[in-house]
Amino acid sequence: MADEVRIGTFSSTIEQIPGKELDLRKRLRVHERLIQGFLFLCGAISIFTTVGIVVYLGREAFKFFALPEVTLIQFFTGTVWQPKIEEFGILPLLSATLITTGIAMLVAIPTGLSVAIYLSEYASPRARGIIKPTLEILAGIPTVVLGYFALTWVTPLLRSLIGENVVQIYNTASAGLVMGILILPLISSMVEDALSAVPNSLREGAYGVGATKLEVATQVVVPAAISGITAAIIIGISRAVGEAMIVAIAAGAGPNLTINPFIGAETMTGHIVRISGGDISYESVEYESLFAIALFLFVITLALNLISQRVIKRFREVYE
Amino acid sequence: MNRMPEPVNTNSSGNGSELFETNVTARNRKGVIWRVVFLSSTVVGVIALIVLLLTIINDTFGLAAIEYKVPLNEIAPQGKSIEETTCTEADVILQENVSKNRYRTLQNEKPILERSQTECVQLLIFEIAKPVVKATWSLSESITNEAEIQEFTAQKYPEADLVFRKWISKDFITSSQSDDPLRAGIKTAILGSLWIILIVILVAFPIGISAAIYLEEYASDNAVNRIIQTNINNLAGVPSIIYGMLGLAFFVRVLEPITSGAIFGFSDPTTANGRTIISAGLTLSLLILPVIIINAQEAIKAVPISLREASYGLGATKWQTIWFHVLPNAIPGILTGTILSISRAFGETAPLVVVGAATYITFDPENIFSKFTTMPIQVYQWTARPQDAFRNIAAAAIIVLLFLLLTINATAIYLRNRFSRRLV
Repeated sequence: MADEVRIGTFSSTIEQIPGKELDLRKRLRVHERLIQGFLFLCGAISIFTTVGIVVYLGREAFKFFALPEVTLIQFFTGTVWQPKIEEFGILPLLSATLITTGIAMLVAIPTGLSVAIYLSEYASPRARGIIKPTLEILAGIPTVVLGYFALTWVTPLLRSLIGENVVQIYNTASAGLVMGILILPLISSMVEDALSAVPNSLREGAYGVGATKLEVATQVVVPAAISGITAAIIIGISRAVGEAMIVAIAAGAGPNLTINPFIGAETMTGHIVRISGGDISYESVEYESLFAIALFLFVITLALNLISQRVIKRFREVYE
Repeated sequence: MNRMPEPVNTNSSGNGSELFETNVTARNRKGVIWRVVFLSSTVVGVIALIVLLLTIINDTFGLAAIEYKVPLNEIAPQGKSIEETTCTEADVILQENVSKNRYRTLQNEKPILERSQTECVQLLIFEIAKPVVKATWSLSESITNEAEIQEFTAQKYPEADLVFRKWISKDFITSSQSDDPLRAGIKTAILGSLWIILIVILVAFPIGISAAIYLEEYASDNAVNRIIQTNINNLAGVPSIIYGMLGLAFFVRVLEPITSGAIFGFSDPTTANGRTIISAGLTLSLLILPVIIINAQEAIKAVPISLREASYGLGATKWQTIWFHVLPNAIPGILTGTILSISRAFGETAPLVVVGAATYITFDPENIFSKFTTMPIQVYQWTARPQDAFRNIAAAAIIVLLFLLLTINATAIYLRNRFSRRLV
């Protein structure tokens, strides 16, 4: 009641002054508030997504680990993955993932770095104008197409180079090589951004004391951008670990604990694709085991991404 | 930096400058060598793309050895080649040669006399001659080794005809899926892809842009907003297959009554589970949402602050400023980023396999509660088959897929150029 009275008197005082009818108090605009609320909800959907991933993957994985025939120790140390006979050791799947990722990084890190150095330090604007879009196209090609390429071009090439009895039709080497081609543009563009961010004064300083172009590039610019380069490499690894279609098509069907890259072996992602692509009962152990693998995969990639963000924050050199 | 060349002390003796000279030559030589290394790595990337495209084209055309149960020239009526057979003649031939049931099915699909002449010829070939692909060769083999291939075919498949086949054709794009590589088409998959993309656009586009507006224009620097931002950055790095698992657990199973359409009265027994277009579309929307948000944020960030201040200065409210000034100027950047992420969704395979694309459907999707297949999934399934001919149609499907992706990306570039204005 008291409020009403006060507002009443206030407005009446304003009305008393002619030509000063403006009310400059902050008004509550309901629809502006509603819009803001809606926009906030849209932003919050990302939180729900993360919660959803953790809850649903966690729930099925928990059901899986709660089974009497599965133990955490067996899951991480077992060397056989055969859901049919209730053997759940993730090592064969993990080893294949590591092999394909390793081969991919062997291809992608040196070439990616070279491409980035070339584009940022050597290339003329015209050459860059041709090469950059080409690499972007390469990055935009669906991975299923790259899988086809691995199986129908790279594998026959490896077989004719190394020998048909050494290299099997499905092998982790060709999948890894093609995955390297997939990661190459990712690494090169991130590294190039990092190199371009290095101020020119550093380069000019180095030229001033008589360094050659190579020395400037490798001994001044690269060390100055090392945090960005490391982050790019870690992101590349994370991408390779999570890549599914190339390995599902070219690496082979069937878990296989081996370090030989020329024989078939199934990665974690490849296994999920193959099993979920077939007829699978929602009540089976096999179905729940897929969620355990997926949760493990999620934890690995999340850890890698967090590390890369930490690296960028922690080791970034700031130049004026 | 600590490995910078040591300065040579030229004061000590005369051969100091000599040493410097040789040193410079060596350093320059090293520079040239590494320059070549850097350049050739760059060329490797470009070559990989070229080889990839050539491989696909190479597999899309080529010789094929096709065996017929009944030789083609024995089907047509006296003195005519099979291409000239009219539908009336074809009708008679079919009645005589296929079972009554089969004839009835064909009539039900489309009455034979109402079909076009080419359709009738096709019908005769597939119903009576029953072609089977025995072996196929790539374009390069077909050109360089034609004599050998002819000899090989004559020996191994004496009955077979050797024909040069274009695996990509109008029929390939307009036919439904089939177990026979000669008849299989990609229409169902194209429609499936388009339906799913439509859902992704309708869902992810508005939500993504709204979230970006919130984060750029409204969010104050507090804990909740920081968590949202970090979370979005992390989600962008989650492998797509994880989204597939989320889609399977949540959209397909938890929301099954909704995504199967059961509560809306779509109780088709063949689609009575959640493995539908809507589940796939929602899964892909979640997948590309972080990418859309990050791109849109960049575009909004690029709008100069002076524009906002001018608008506030004239008394506009916050939302009026955003709607009339920030968004119109950010829209080219937002569109480009969004369309590029749409093209990423277009090529995604793994999450859709996990969500449960149908392995074999021959009917076109009718609504969002239909079963689905998409182009990348079709490529995957055909590639996984052992027979040669399926590799060829997989390559043909890849060409269609890449062509559509190119169209989408070209649209993005066109829109960017069309709407872009220079802001000072």
